[in-house]
This record gives sequence, C-alpha cells and structure tokens, in this order.
Amino acid sequence: MTEEIIIAGFGGQGVLSMGKILAYSGLMQGQEVAWMPSYGPEMRGGTSNVTVIISDDRISSPILTQYDTAIILNQQSMDKFESMVKPRGMLLFDPNGIIHHPQRKDINIYKIDATELAAEMGNVKIFNMVILGAYLKIKPIVKLENVIKGLKKSIPERNHKLLPLNEQAINKGMEKVVKI
Amino acid sequence: MSEIELKDIIKKENLVYERSKVMTDNVLSFCPGCGHGTAHRLVAEVIEEMDIQSETIGVSPVGCSVLMYNFMDIDMQQAAHGRAPAVATAIKRVMPEKFVFTYQGDGDLAAIGTAETIHACNRGENITIIFINNGIYGMTGGQMAPTTLPGMPASTCPFGRDVEIMGNPLKITELISQLAGVYYVTRQSVHTPRNVRSAKKAIKKAFENQKLNRGVSFIEIVSNCNSGWKLSPVAANKWMEENMFPFYPLGDIKVDGEIVSK
Amino acid sequence: MEKELRLMKGNEAIAEAAIRSGADAYFGYPITPQSEVIEYLMLQKPYETTGMVVLQAESEVAAINMVYGAAACGRMAMTSSSSPGISLKQEGISYIAGAELPCLILNVVRGGPGLGTIQPSQSDYFQSTKGGGHGDYRLIVLAPASVQEMFDFVELGFDLAFKYRNPVMIQSDGIIGQMMEKVELGPQKPRRKPEDIAKQCPWATTGKPVTRGHNIITSLDLVAANQEKFNLKLIEKYKTIREKEVRYELINCDDAEYILVAYGSSARLCMKAMDLLRAKGIKVGIVRLITLFPFPSKILNELAGKVKGFLAVEMSAGQMVEDVELAVKCKAPVEHFGRLGGMIPSPEEIVEALEQKIIGG
Repeated sequence: MTEEIIIAGFGGQGVLSMGKILAYSGLMQGQEVAWMPSYGPEMRGGTSNVTVIISDDRISSPILTQYDTAIILNQQSMDKFESMVKPRGMLLFDPNGIIHHPQRKDINIYKIDATELAAEMGNVKIFNMVILGAYLKIKPIVKLENVIKGLKKSIPERNHKLLPLNEQAINKGMEKVVKI
Repeated sequence: MSEIELKDIIKKENLVYERSKVMTDNVLSFCPGCGHGTAHRLVAEVIEEMDIQSETIGVSPVGCSVLMYNFMDIDMQQAAHGRAPAVATAIKRVMPEKFVFTYQGDGDLAAIGTAETIHACNRGENITIIFINNGIYGMTGGQMAPTTLPGMPASTCPFGRDVEIMGNPLKITELISQLAGVYYVTRQSVHTPRNVRSAKKAIKKAFENQKLNRGVSFIEIVSNCNSGWKLSPVAANKWMEENMFPFYPLGDIKVDGEIVSK
Repeated sequence: MEKELRLMKGNEAIAEAAIRSGADAYFGYPITPQSEVIEYLMLQKPYETTGMVVLQAESEVAAINMVYGAAACGRMAMTSSSSPGISLKQEGISYIAGAELPCLILNVVRGGPGLGTIQPSQSDYFQSTKGGGHGDYRLIVLAPASVQEMFDFVELGFDLAFKYRNPVMIQSDGIIGQMMEKVELGPQKPRRKPEDIAKQCPWATTGKPVTRGHNIITSLDLVAANQEKFNLKLIEKYKTIREKEVRYELINCDDAEYILVAYGSSARLCMKAMDLLRAKGIKVGIVRLITLFPFPSKILNELAGKVKGFLAVEMSAGQMVEDVELAVKCKAPVEHFGRLGGMIPSPEEIVEALEQKIIGG
C-alpha cells in the first residue's frame, strides 16, 4: 500500500499539523512516512500545502505531481491541485470559500463542511481534525487509535487536555462527510 | 686587575638572568630591535612563573606573530588571518580549565578580524588577548595598518596617511574597553626596562584573571617596527615615544571590570 | 530493546545525531534552509546533559574558525550552513584541510549563485567535491537521501573525519533538510574523556605535558620543498580514501538497460521516475551516489559496458555529470538533466528526459 496525499489551503488552517498527525499515525503502525511542506515565502500568509506519503514500502520521491488524494481547503488550491489527482483518485474539499467546485468525472469527490462543523463545536481550531475524520472515513489507512497516538506525539503536552475534543472532531468528520 | 677567564664568569652563582624554559631553542626570526621578541619572552616567563606550561594553549594568527609556535614551548594553533579570537573561543569553551591566549598584530586584530575581536570580547570569553600595535603591516612589507597614525607613511600611503582619503586610525583598545564582557584592558610598551617590568605585570594579571572567569583580559603593547618604519632601532623607539604614545597613551584603561582612564 | 522511532525533519535529525554521537561542539550561524539545526540544539540544551558546547557565532567565518579551534583540541566539532554561508566558510575549511583536522560540515544546499534562492538545489557539487577553498585538498562528501541517512551520516562522518584526519561534508538540500520522515534513533553515546582524546589524537593541542614535545596545529610551511612533501602526503591520503571509502547504492541495475545517476533528493525523484519507466516496460536502474567524494567511478565504468546509456540527474546546470563522463570514458552515452535555481524536477520530467535524450537520442 502506498498513499500519496496533498493537503492544501491557507496558512493558519492547520494544514501542516494535520499532515504531521497523519504521518505520525502511519509511523505508529510501523509504516514508512514522509511529510514534505512547501516552504519559503509561501509560509507566511498565503497558501500552504504539504505532501504526506504513507507506505508499506520504501518511499521514493517526496515531490509529486500526481496524488492519490487531494484535500483542498481554498480556491487557489482547487485551481492548482484538482488536475493533479490520479484517475480514480480522491478529492476531499470544504466548500467554505470555494466558488468553483471540482468538475472532474474520473475521480471520487467528497465534501465536508468542516468550517461550519468546527464553529458549531465551539472551537475553530479543530477544523483540521474534522477534515482528517472525513478523510479517514473514506480511506481508513490508519487506525483511529494510532491517530490518537499520533496526536499525542505531535501536539505539546500542555494541550493534551484537548485530546477528547480532537477525537470528537474526527468522529464528526467521519459522520458528516458526503460523496458528490 | 688580573685577567678574568670566561669560564670563571659562567657559573651558577653568577647567574642573574636566563631564557625562560617555556621558550624553545629556535632563534627568533624578528628584526633586531623589534618589540615582538620581548613580548614573546614576557608571555613565556609568565607561563613559567605561573607553572601553567602544560595547561596553556596559544593561538597566533597571520602577520609577524605567525611563527610564535616556533618559539614557544607550549601547544599552539596557527589561526587564519583575523580569526584567533574565534579559535580561542572554541578552545576555551571545550576546555574551560585551560589557559588560552591569542597573540595578534594590529592588522589581524583591528582590521580583518574586527568582528571576531569585538564579538569574542563582547561575549566575555574567558581568554587573554595580547595585541601588538606597531601601526604598520610588518610581515608583508610595511603597508598601512588600521592603527597607522595620521601623516605616517607606509607603502600603501607613501605620502603619509591622509585621513580624508584613508580614514582615521582605529583606537580599538578604547572601543573594546566599553564592552561588558571585558574585564581588564591596559596599554603597555616594552621599549625600556621599566616598561618591560610593567608589561610583564600586566600579562601576568591577564593570565591570572582567567582563574576568575570574569571575561576577556586585553593587553595592547604599543611597539616599534623599525624595518617597517625605516628607522634604526634607537630612532624607532624615540619616534614611538614622540608620536605613538600621544595618540595611544600608555596605562590601564579598565581594571576589574571598571573603566579607570579618563 | 524497542526501537526509538521519531518523525523528524532532516535538519533536526542532524542535530539529534550530533548530541547522540557524543559530539563535543557545534558552532553555527543562522541561514535558511538549515536554521533548525541550531534551533533544535538550543532547545535540547545538550550543554546541560552531555556537556556538548553549542554556540551561535557572529558569522559563518567565525563559526568555522571555532570548529578549527575545537577540532585542533581533538574534539568532535561540527558546523552547518547553506550555500552562501558555506562560501564564507571556505577559507576556514581550507585551513582545516591544510592542518589535517577532523570535523563535520553540513551544507543544506540552496540555489545560487549569489544570494540566489532559499529553495533546494544541488549546485554546490563542484564546491564540495573539488576543493571549494584555496589549495589542493579534498573533503570526504556524504550525500544523504533520507532523514534516516541525515541521522546516520553524522556518526559515519565523524568516524571518517577522525580516521583520516580530514574534514567531512554532508551535502544535503532543502528537500532532505525540511522533509519529515521516520527515523530510528541510535543510542546516546558518551562523549570521549580527555584521556581517550589524548590517546586517539596525540597531535591535539590540549596543553603540553612534560612527557611530550609541544603540539603545533598549522597549515603554514614557508619552505616550498616541505610544502610539496605535505601536498604529496595529502594526495596519498586521498588515494586511500578513493580506494576504501566509496559508497553507493545500486537500485534495479541487474537487468537495467538505462541508468539514472543521482544523489540526495534527486535520487528520490529518480526512484519515482524509475517506477514510471518500468511500468512502461523500460528497464531502468539507478546508481545512487552516497559518497560524492570519493566518486564511484569503478561501478559506473563496469556498468558502461552493459547498458545503453546514462542520464545524470541533478539540480544543477551539470556538475556531477562531468564525473560520470570521466568514469564512463565514452563507453556509453551520458546525458545530463536538471532543473536550476531552486526548481525541482518532477519524476515525469525525468522520464521525458531519459526518453528524449538517451532512448530517442
């Protein structure tokens, strides 16, 4: 199994940390993982994206132009990455702020209203965990228990009290994701 | 008066002075009359008197100081031009219990190595810096130094230093004394027996300060360069007294962390 | 014992490896994309645990000269920087090579020349492998292609540095430095004690005991004949290194008709390109260089008799390709493909380059 994922959105949406949690979850269950951020001036403000690869085998290139999954959280990223999803691949997006919805017919498209759901749950910061839940519902490549372990490893100890809330957010995403 | 045989004179009970055991048998390569040889000797004598030969590491960079390792019987490193304070920083940091000194000329310390000098001093590295200021580049043949006096000729200012064109001489020692990491700053010379005694006391104090762990001890020795200045040794010393000392006045500048000069 | 696994950036892995390998000192100056090395070290505070010195110097120039000072005391000293900073260090590196001191230098390469870009590049190959600073000297150059190798090559680098009394460079780039991967951490090794250092490095300037003459660390010899003798000694050393320390990885070369030659992150891109090419039925293998100096000439020359061509893939205008050509000795076609200035080639571009330049050509 090799899963090549691009997660793309605005800086501040938790794109990088969501990727990190996913990578850590893979590591927890003994898989090979790679996490490659776009870095540089893009780090501040503008778009932010990260490639995450989880595989049973040695990982080749961390720089890709074709992805099994694209998780898209703003319009710029939709414009850039929709075409880069492999045929029969998966595209997951949050419609908030996205005017032009994906058009491709040869891929599986899913929608999650994560911005809205996070606001309803009273903490916008768990937005990325709702997204992660939605993704894992469609592609359960890592076990939930390993995601929790990954979370523990990648967030500072002082925030561990927020673990239950994060878990709820993941469950919410799993529950609310819809296929288009 | 009966004739005295040489063998009658060379006797242990007649011995009033001998070369420090911390110096090697190599013949000094400095020009006759140069202050470097005396400064080398004083460093060696201080090391011998403090009995720290096995605990001292010296750093000599580029310039007339470069061959110091040939003359000192201690472990020594030869540093790139200007970098001795950085090299000494590392030596002291990895072996804080040792005595570490640099021995640098004016071009090395006050031109190419200004950044390393100022930052090592400002960090308060617990080292001794010995700075030979003769206002000229001796080793490379008498070019202008950062400390060359206004009007003073050198091969790269053959009509004398014109400050309008070449800028002002740098009083780096006064500048260094302002830094919080610097514990002791003094300006000495080695051209008369009295000055030699004073300079030796200062060098000893600078080495002893390393035991206190209070920061840099910085000793400037205003010296001659008779070949670079194109003067006889005697005339060079006279010129130094008349021209260098008014611009670079001798005496303590900072003692025990306090500025003492006006 | 259970494996200690971590998700780490390449730059963090270097720093963790320095602590765990029992290094004595790190001196550095911030520059993107490698500042995580000193940031990580300052966060870990090894000066409170292993006693390792960590110091942010006033410049790259000062940092490399601090490495000189510590290395001359027989200490395991290292520095890290990125291309413009490595240029500044070249004088010091030349002195270290000239004084035959062991040390470790990390270059997380970015695009140039000049201030260039902060994006990944491999355009410092010539600088790393052909000398870099003034005078006749070589560095041993290791090229990690994964975060695990970033970790592993610190200890390997120090071992080689002390074995040959020669500076070792780890040449990485922004991809390997900034990427996070799974790393299996080695155990914490104790730092060597002064008596161990005295034994291992009898040349070190640690203070002259009465039992030996004074130790001098210098690269100066004013007598030309002596300097030549020293140069010849260095050449002998480099010859031994060429004979004994060549490291490379062969990937699917047994049945290969075409060979991609690459190192570091380019080798990773080539692995993907190889998968794409093999899916099309084109038999491609990879020679991944692990040591850039010494260069694996022998294996490339052997393969040259069996394959139809080589494509040297590197993020430069064509530097490593010259060594490939020298190794292949015109026995097979050699072409170069690379993106420049911080642009990263896609695996698809590598596929296209091989098809057009070698298979079609």
